[in-house]
Amino acid sequence: MTDKVDHSKRRWLLAATTAAGGVAAAGAGAPFVLSLMPSERAKAAGAPVEVDIGAIAPGTMISVEWQGKPVWIVRRTKQMLDLLPKHDAALADPASSVPQQPEYCHNPTRSIKPEILVVLGICTHLGCSPTFRPEVAPPDLGENWSGGWFCPCHGSRFDLAARVFRGVPAPTNLIIPPHKYLGDTKLLIGDDDTGGAA
Amino acid sequence: MMNLALKLVGWIDQRFPLVSTVKAHVTEYYAPKNFNFWYFFGSLALMVLVIQIVSGIFLTMNYKPDALSAFASVEYIMRDVQWGWLLRYIHSTGASMFFVVIYLHMFRGLMYGSYRNPRELLWIIGMILYLALMAEAFMGYLLPWGQMSFWGAQVIINLFSSVPIIGPDLAILIRGDYVVSDITLNRFFALHVIAIPLVLVLIVVAHLVALHHVGSNNPDGIDIKKHKDASGNPLDGIPFHPYYTIKDSLGAAGFLIVFCSILFFAPDMGGYFLEYNNFVPANSMKTPEHIAPVWYFTPYYAILRAVPPMFGSQFPGVVAMGVATVIFFFLPWLDRGNVRSIRYRGPIYKTFLALFVISFIGLGWLGLMPATPTYTAISRVLAVIYFAFFLLMPWYTRIDKCKPEPDRVTFK
Repeated sequence: MTDKVDHSKRRWLLAATTAAGGVAAAGAGAPFVLSLMPSERAKAAGAPVEVDIGAIAPGTMISVEWQGKPVWIVRRTKQMLDLLPKHDAALADPASSVPQQPEYCHNPTRSIKPEILVVLGICTHLGCSPTFRPEVAPPDLGENWSGGWFCPCHGSRFDLAARVFRGVPAPTNLIIPPHKYLGDTKLLIGDDDTGGAA
Repeated sequence: MMNLALKLVGWIDQRFPLVSTVKAHVTEYYAPKNFNFWYFFGSLALMVLVIQIVSGIFLTMNYKPDALSAFASVEYIMRDVQWGWLLRYIHSTGASMFFVVIYLHMFRGLMYGSYRNPRELLWIIGMILYLALMAEAFMGYLLPWGQMSFWGAQVIINLFSSVPIIGPDLAILIRGDYVVSDITLNRFFALHVIAIPLVLVLIVVAHLVALHHVGSNNPDGIDIKKHKDASGNPLDGIPFHPYYTIKDSLGAAGFLIVFCSILFFAPDMGGYFLEYNNFVPANSMKTPEHIAPVWYFTPYYAILRAVPPMFGSQFPGVVAMGVATVIFFFLPWLDRGNVRSIRYRGPIYKTFLALFVISFIGLGWLGLMPATPTYTAISRVLAVIYFAFFLLMPWYTRIDKCKPEPDRVTFK
């Protein structure tokens, strides 16, 4: 017996064992972490939804569920559309330069057809669902109000193109989900042929 | 960097006995240097416990303890939850492997006399662990709410109703209903995921504290504390870390190879780990044609069936089954031999131990089989051998011719 210890070999073995053990531990841990991600059932619940928009009266809104979240579909009147560009100066992002919408909705009305707005009804501040207030200049919202959404949680304001006003807690415009028209009055929410389901 | 770490340890140590605890239980816990293959199973049991707790936690995230949705939620885990099948099979394979490891761990104790003075309490704590583990496994088996879950629970709970006088009410108390039902499922869930695991973990700690207090036994069954070096450490002892942590890593690697082979290639183990009838939803109107407990309970189940009804009651069989498990507690006082280890025991003890192993395995096999007259007759013979091993022990261990024990451990 000699007490000559080959330290460099010992260090190498220790490092190699640690590395191999680390890889094994990460591999064993991965399924546990991945099991926390949405299951196949949850993914199926997030599948695209078909909506018939023929019955929406001008100036009103319907709300449909997609991935468990509210999606609003509004049929804007000509008057509503005419008012949209008037308050650009009061908006945080009037040109929608932050990519909160698919490219085909990157236009002044934030929609495919000007009168039909499809928007995810979740406030970009902390996730509440704002209230639809289409009337012009109601007493509680002030005389500058030309229709839009008001978030009851923290008072964020959005116009009828779901663009956020300056000086409110919400930082960006509301999200426009991927969608496409299957017919004149048939809308598919959640799929737009550009990258599969969102 | 190194300095900072040392400072942190020093800061903690002034407020919590960190260094001294690690020393007492790991780096300066002196274990006999002659541990062999049989000494893998203690640390393996601990590892399986961790596997079961972790996989169990992840299963509860998707399991529903409700008679209407339990079965479907298990199928949901198997089909829809990402990697859910793996989590479920880890847990079900782990349950059976837990018993494999524990039975080998207990057999090690029998072979080397690890239950004897001064380790009686260590043995008793271990036996409590074993009983708690059986309760844990039994209640866990109800949760998938398959046919075997339901009828297995039905049969086992009905054992309690054979207790004279209070029996029927006792069974109702356990079920919380007149039949095994949603209520039973819900409370078994609570016991399986919270109550018993908590008890298990606490008793495991007690088991280790008791072990480290009296010191580990070894294959020679002799006391290594009789010969100490100048600093008071046993001459035949080596620090648990790094020597046995390294050795046990090898055991863990070998165990995981076996474990993963079952997990990936035969997760139901031909119907022994997961019985086929349990892939059918529970139906209180129809008993499966052949029901048997999972393999780790079958030795006791065979004893239960081997005892004929007496005075018009099934109770004696239930008592025999109960005694068959509880009798292990008395082992430290039944054994009157002069030596601990089988290495220095005489032929009589060796014969009895061999017969005991045969009877245990034989009963285990018979417990899986239908109760034909031949099988019942064999069960009776084996049950008598099973009890003879314990009840005759005070005599045969005393008259047995033991060999002289060595002064120091044998170590090549």
